Amino acid sequence: MDRAQAEGLVDVAYTETDSPVGRLLVAVTDRGLVRVSFQRERRDDVLEELAERLSPRVLEAPRRLDEVRRELDQYFLGERTEFDLPLDWSLTSTPFRRKVLERTAQVPYGATISYRDAAEAAGNERAVRAAGTALGANPIPIVVPCHRVLRTGGALGGYGGGPDAKRFLLDLESGRSTVTGR
Amino acid sequence: MAGTRSPHVKLPPFQLLLDRHSGELFRFLSASVGPVDAEDAFQETFLSALRAYPKLRDASNLRAWLFQIAHRKALDTHRARGRNPIPVEQVPEVAVGAGGEAEPALWRAVRRLPDKQRTAVFLRFAADLDYAQIGEALSCSEPAARQNVRAGLATIRKGWADG
Repeated sequence: MDRAQAEGLVDVAYTETDSPVGRLLVAVTDRGLVRVSFQRERRDDVLEELAERLSPRVLEAPRRLDEVRRELDQYFLGERTEFDLPLDWSLTSTPFRRKVLERTAQVPYGATISYRDAAEAAGNERAVRAAGTALGANPIPIVVPCHRVLRTGGALGGYGGGPDAKRFLLDLESGRSTVTGR
Repeated sequence: MAGTRSPHVKLPPFQLLLDRHSGELFRFLSASVGPVDAEDAFQETFLSALRAYPKLRDASNLRAWLFQIAHRKALDTHRARGRNPIPVEQVPEVAVGAGGEAEPALWRAVRRLPDKQRTAVFLRFAADLDYAQIGEALSCSEPAARQNVRAGLATIRKGWADG
């Protein structure tokens, strides 16, 4: 594995890590963090997606994810309010979706915006449904905090990790979390 | 990264391929070169496969492809060793296939076969490949693969009867 890394043969490195919202799969490329997936997505499906859309040279290489795991652990312990990780947007296919997610990435810890705000930031305030789709397809949840986007009026809205995970993350950021990490 | 991809070929994530086949590849290499050199031969097989993987044009028989690479690496190991005989102690300790106990004497007999016959016999009976797949792994025709298995078995039986 070391030689494979040294020769640059590992195009997508991934590992799995435990968190209070369940087991997460995290994947990086040379450019940065490219994917975070929740337990409810099957591991093999996620790996197939990475192989098909990025490169088939997908390998489990936990050490390349050390920094990602460290920052996630700190976040879940309430010790980190911003991630300091380079991101790879390769899995976000359209400029509109990318704009929506980049706007979302700027929503500060503890704050929330509406789907309409996200659509507006992407240049089309009427494209609320499309913004919802873009957020639903967020390949890098938690780090790109789509859980901070709510329905107008404050209803939770959907979440890739499930409503409980979304609630948990919002509670964590508001300091109301009942679970205190691990 | 994307530039080296072959179009229209859907390749599974390499890790899944590895999870599925690394055990049998390692056993094959143990049988071919002995357990001491099997580790290195496995590493070389793994790296070689990983290098070539994104450029593969045909994903229909990845297992035979992996064995083809392992077979070549086993030949490299034998070549590098020159004429040094393989010490008798280097018998694999693993049982291969569903047969239960490993049989050192039988392994030695398999190990002494010519390269193609040895690989063919192993792929047929320990890895359970069919003759077409063995042909792919050995870069020869299906009849030639069948012939190599038959010849290998004949040699082993003869040795068995003589011994």
